[in-house]
Amino acid sequence: MLAWTVYSSFIGMVILMLLNPANQRAARIIALLTAVTGFVIAAAGFAQHEATSGIVTIAKFSWVKSLGIDYHLAADGISVTLVLLTGIAAVVGILFSWNIEHRVNQFFAFYLALIGGVYGVFLSFDLFLLFVFYELAIIPKYFIIAIWGSTNKEYGAMKLALYSFIGSAMVLVGLVAAYVVAGAGTTNLLVLATYPFPESFQYWAFPLVFIGFAILAGLWPFHTWAPTGHVAAPTAASMLLAGVVMKLGAYGALRVAMTLFPLGLKAWQSELGLLAVIGILYGAMVALVQKDFKFVIGYSSVSHMGFVLLGLLTLNEIGLSGAVLQMFSHGIIASLLFAVVGRMVYDRTHTRELGVLQRMDLTRAIPFASVTFVVGSMASMGLPGFSGFVAELQVLIGAWHAFPGFALLAGLGIVIGVAYTLRALQQSFFSETERTAAGKQADPLEPISVPERIGGTVLIASTLIVGLCPRLLLDLIVPSFRSPLFEALRRGGGF
Amino acid sequence: MSSTVNNLWLIPAFPLLAAAVLAVTKQRHRRFSAFLAIAAMAIAFLISGAAFLSTLGDTGEEGIWREVKNFPWFQIGKSTVQLGWILDPLTASMLVMVTFVGLLIFIYSIGYMAHDSNSTRFFGFLSLFAAAMLGLVISNSLLLLFICWELVGLASYLLIGFWYHKPSAAAAAKKAFITTRIGDMGLLLGMLWLYSEAGTLLFYDNGNGCLEASALTKLVAQTTVFGMAVSTGISLLIFCGAMGKSGQVPLHVWLPDAMEGPTPVSALIHAATMVAAGVFLIARMYPLMALQPEASVSASQVVHAPALSISEKERASRALAIVQPVVHDSKPLLKSAPPVPEGESQVEGKAAASQHGATSTSTALQVITWIGTITAVFAACIAVAQTDIKRILAYSTVSQLGFMMIGLGVGGVAVGMFHLMTHAFFKALLFLGAGSVIHGCGGEQDIRRMGGLTQYMPTTFLTYAAGMMALSGVPVLAGFWSKDDILHAASVWSVSRWPFYLCLFAALLTAFYMTRQVCYVFLGRYRSSDALSANSSSHGHHLPHESPSVMTIPLMILAFCAVLLGLIGTPVWPWFEGYLSGHHPSLSLGNLFESGTIQIMLISTAVVFIGIGLAWRLYGSRAVAGSEDPDILERARPEVFSVLRNKFYVDELYEATVIRFNAWAGWVCDWFDRWVWTGAVRLLSYLVLGFSWLNRLFDEYVINLGFDQGCQQVKNGGQMMSSLQKGQVQLYLRVIGMALTALLLVLTWGIGQ
Repeated sequence: MLAWTVYSSFIGMVILMLLNPANQRAARIIALLTAVTGFVIAAAGFAQHEATSGIVTIAKFSWVKSLGIDYHLAADGISVTLVLLTGIAAVVGILFSWNIEHRVNQFFAFYLALIGGVYGVFLSFDLFLLFVFYELAIIPKYFIIAIWGSTNKEYGAMKLALYSFIGSAMVLVGLVAAYVVAGAGTTNLLVLATYPFPESFQYWAFPLVFIGFAILAGLWPFHTWAPTGHVAAPTAASMLLAGVVMKLGAYGALRVAMTLFPLGLKAWQSELGLLAVIGILYGAMVALVQKDFKFVIGYSSVSHMGFVLLGLLTLNEIGLSGAVLQMFSHGIIASLLFAVVGRMVYDRTHTRELGVLQRMDLTRAIPFASVTFVVGSMASMGLPGFSGFVAELQVLIGAWHAFPGFALLAGLGIVIGVAYTLRALQQSFFSETERTAAGKQADPLEPISVPERIGGTVLIASTLIVGLCPRLLLDLIVPSFRSPLFEALRRGGGF
Repeated sequence: MSSTVNNLWLIPAFPLLAAAVLAVTKQRHRRFSAFLAIAAMAIAFLISGAAFLSTLGDTGEEGIWREVKNFPWFQIGKSTVQLGWILDPLTASMLVMVTFVGLLIFIYSIGYMAHDSNSTRFFGFLSLFAAAMLGLVISNSLLLLFICWELVGLASYLLIGFWYHKPSAAAAAKKAFITTRIGDMGLLLGMLWLYSEAGTLLFYDNGNGCLEASALTKLVAQTTVFGMAVSTGISLLIFCGAMGKSGQVPLHVWLPDAMEGPTPVSALIHAATMVAAGVFLIARMYPLMALQPEASVSASQVVHAPALSISEKERASRALAIVQPVVHDSKPLLKSAPPVPEGESQVEGKAAASQHGATSTSTALQVITWIGTITAVFAACIAVAQTDIKRILAYSTVSQLGFMMIGLGVGGVAVGMFHLMTHAFFKALLFLGAGSVIHGCGGEQDIRRMGGLTQYMPTTFLTYAAGMMALSGVPVLAGFWSKDDILHAASVWSVSRWPFYLCLFAALLTAFYMTRQVCYVFLGRYRSSDALSANSSSHGHHLPHESPSVMTIPLMILAFCAVLLGLIGTPVWPWFEGYLSGHHPSLSLGNLFESGTIQIMLISTAVVFIGIGLAWRLYGSRAVAGSEDPDILERARPEVFSVLRNKFYVDELYEATVIRFNAWAGWVCDWFDRWVWTGAVRLLSYLVLGFSWLNRLFDEYVINLGFDQGCQQVKNGGQMMSSLQKGQVQLYLRVIGMALTALLLVLTWGIGQ
């Protein structure tokens, strides 16, 4: 059934392409219906998945027989969690793009193609298929940014596409090599994961594939596509970019690189862990001095994704499950922050300069946006009650076992996180103006629309529910690491 | 298990519910919001009272009355992360204090916030704070405590920045949040470490908790960097959290700035409850804090370690009794230790004390004591030179928090907690009194522009005077007893006598700056510039006025407590210490004359009166003339005074070091991103472009040239061919005819074969 998340998205895309471009309303509604369908299927699949289910095959038939390539969709607890995230992000992203008027049907067609590709990646258990979906997700992203973007959009789109393709190329080389070395004549992940690749091979193949994927997760120093891409992208695209596309990278690193090459992982563990920690601190530092509101959030994504990567590299159960939880959590929180900055603020004020916003008295002009951003900031700072707290706590516990020094530095990153978040929050929404000092009203801005309110509420509710009751996700995520897929990893990590 | 502990969660739940309702209440329902918040707090107070009463019941043979309720939160593989709550005397006394003081402050806020248009939001935030603070107090898990700890910080941030349109308030809120968060990171790391060593964060869990003997024995047996015991490392990290929250030097800088919030907030959060959370944390973790490696030879000595800090019998027995439950809880685990009856264990504690002598106070407690001492004196010095009525109180709070830390360090849980309790009442009283003064003077906070308020606001004056005397430590009032306890414990501390002397000095300063403040505010004549030109002024605040009774009645109740509360912990009848440690003290006048008790009392009384007398001579006996006149001390020693007035330039130091470094680092990283990484990418793209350009040349001149020439050949051939098709019918016919002939020939030849 979960496979229909992929199919329904592509069907929606085809319908939208055939639609009369003048009919904007229909385009929006079709897009929304498609996304809601995907979300409902994702939620149903999530609800049906049991902790004991292991890896559930959804569809499997031979695709290219001569090469041993299967069309193989399956799901474990990690997949269903991320599929659920994609479902939520897809629906909310459409709600926050309700005001797009330029080539609406095309916009949503690309949007759904991207979503379909993302669903596909999370459900693929065949390396070739996974790679195809992975590429499918990257192409529409380029067009969305290049056509509907803002500031410096061609540059941002091209930079993002180039980085993605370089990453893909690295991954492809590594995978082809693995295919050849294993000599099993199959691209089935479950089969390849049990193959003991020679250590010398893993030593160079692991970093190739891991970094190839992690580029998309914003691994320092390959992160510079992220802020510029986010800034250039239209709201929905930055929400998806930070919300789910960055997760593709982390997911690929976990699902492919770490399961295929556990010995290589062991060899590079602390080096890559260092890069992750640098990313946490560096992203936070840079966010602290940005003048553009969206850059602050963009760099904060780099910092928060550092926690995901650090969690993956801890190689213990609590760190790994924390990393997956953080993927979900950051997906929700980053979407929320980008929605406020891009849609609620920028589309109304046409500026993202903190210095200019400071004089606009936004909290009175658009109180809903201000409340949403306060809540989003609290979640982003990792306050208890929100999903980020549990996730980052788990990563830190895991890191404490693996490398205590890094845990210390990551903790420092959280403090700086508080500083940049509060700075952005106060400058954007809570600054005194001459006008308020004189007791006058703020400039009226277009009020926050109903779709925006729904979208904001859904995201806040998601992060709160997971924050208060992390068992909902963890009870599915944690047992996933017990499947045969992760056996070599478990042996390497000793849990 | 009794139903009390099962229902303990209701105490924070009611204020939390109120906060949730108020979050969606419209601003105009002011009366409703105040009513709701107060009702929720009153219910919480009643349940707390009931919980308190149940802890008074029979302690039996079990030592301290303690009940816990634990439940799983989530599970990672084999390990389950559990949360839980606890009811023991420590929790119960904090619950009653927080709900009672909180309730009074809520009521007071009706009057104080009457003119503010956002009072619904205010009561919502206050309720959120109360819920988080009460949650913190009942936590039986360091994780739950940390969660509430952060929420308390959040509520504090929201309330300090309540008037966010004031830039100073917004900056203060940010500063408070970030500074305490720095300490919190220490706490978080300590928590991670504790979790990885003990495998649980529950305090008490039928022998499996992290504060129970088996875990403690394990923690103290291992060593880490610098040969420090793991328990010491964890204790110090946790103490970082307490330093941040409780404003200990060097993380004290946020607390005075926090006075930008509305005064009831200062009273509740930044004097009575939240800032005391750090002290409470240390008290809660005391069994861990008191661990000392030498004492770990046998488990029984682990138990006695805290008692060793006090070498004199009465103290030893009190402090020992506090950690007694460790013995009881873990009896089966302590096989090596002979079962010790209550009475004998005291004797043994004493004996052990004399053996171990000076080395026996744990490293963590020594650090706590020294930091507390520095803080107490440092902040008291600064308070002498301040002119803002609330800032004087804020520095006084910092100083008193230092006292509480000393109490914990040298005397144990009961000594520190007793001062926490009495301080909560009289400091809340002082802040609310200051609020009443500010309210009455139309928002003025500078004590130089007050004066002579005795005649305008008599109730405020009387209650304020009671609070001031209680804080200064005038005999028989609450502060006297609790401070005396600390001094007494410090005087017999085995490590050093210096904390005792410095404590005395800080006590002297306390009496001095409080008297100075009262003289400035209430004596002399009214010095406001408003009053000087009273006739021309038009906005209704010509002269100060007494506050409404909704504000003065809480003041009177608090004043009553400030005067009498100390009686629960006098040396003659040390009920409070007995209550915390689980034994019933008897009324005995003899205690007074034992072991220097009375001498210390006399010394501290003398010190207090010297302080008051000195201040009275300088400020009281002759009225301060004008609001612009320099302070008397300033005239005498301008350079010293200016250092004190500028708070030893700590803010400036941080500005020049930490903050500047941070900004610089951020700038460097940003520059790196813009030029180095992006530059590398650009370079790469130029290389690719250059390479493409080369390719194009190659195409043009190598591949294309060949291709073009090939094309030319094809073209020539084509031209030749096309010359055959010139459209002449005769030519076509001729070709057809020739073709037909050829075909015919071929066919016939083929048949012939």
